[in-house]
Amino acid sequence: MSSEYYFILAAALFCIGLAVIITKKNAVMVLMGVELVLNAANINFVAVNKNNLVSLDGQFFALFVIVMAAAEAAVGLAIILKLFKYYKTTELDKINQLKG
Amino acid sequence: MVVLIEIPFYIFSGLAILFAGVILFTKNLLYGAFSLVGTFLCVAAIYVLAQAEFVAVTQLMVYVGGIVVLLIFGVMLTNKITDKGIITSSYNRFLGAIIAISLFVVLFYGILKINFGAVKGQSADMNNVNQIGVELLTEYLLPFEIAAVVLLIALIGSSVISGYKTKETDE
Repeated sequence: MSSEYYFILAAALFCIGLAVIITKKNAVMVLMGVELVLNAANINFVAVNKNNLVSLDGQFFALFVIVMAAAEAAVGLAIILKLFKYYKTTELDKINQLKG
Repeated sequence: MVVLIEIPFYIFSGLAILFAGVILFTKNLLYGAFSLVGTFLCVAAIYVLAQAEFVAVTQLMVYVGGIVVLLIFGVMLTNKITDKGIITSSYNRFLGAIIAISLFVVLFYGILKINFGAVKGQSADMNNVNQIGVELLTEYLLPFEIAAVVLLIALIGSSVISGYKTKETDE
């Protein structure tokens, strides 16, 4: 099975994630879009690695991307919780002050 | 043999795009979080079909077991629950649709232009979990340790950011 099907699937997931990031108002929903984009990138790494399984560089890249995604989700949610404590909302349009 | 890989691939990729579309079009945040679980499960199945078993198991443990639980905690802690559930709305719909569809068209065209016949496939053992374990502690030891430190610092930092501070310790 050729790699291009994997690439097309990854492109579709990337574009859906980008649309979620652009259109959603809630900050948690935007984080979900970021996770979709990271998954699309991982699919590309694994699909490229599928052609040459002697070295597993692509799979290691995917593993480290997953670790970074976990760190990113934890820090992002902490920031969102702090913003909610201060602004009492998570709508990104209403969070427009650096120092209140 | 070809059919054995292709039919599950089409099923799981279709389901992944379907769940991702639910995330895009739903108004309920919890429905979005749960369809994110569905997307991650289908992507893990895609990893198995691409002979990346260890990445698939890591995906299940980290994403489905960790990140989605964190996201659901975030949803529950930051929203006022009304009768209709946790509702969010969207904006910039037209702009988002234009950007996403045009980017997908460009990517699709580019992918079709790639000559995949020139890529020589090299087959190896079906089971490469052993090789991943050996290489992770020899060749990739430095990135592995750095990733561990980054994860530790990120978790300490997130608990410091979101932690509750009393007046006495706030100075």
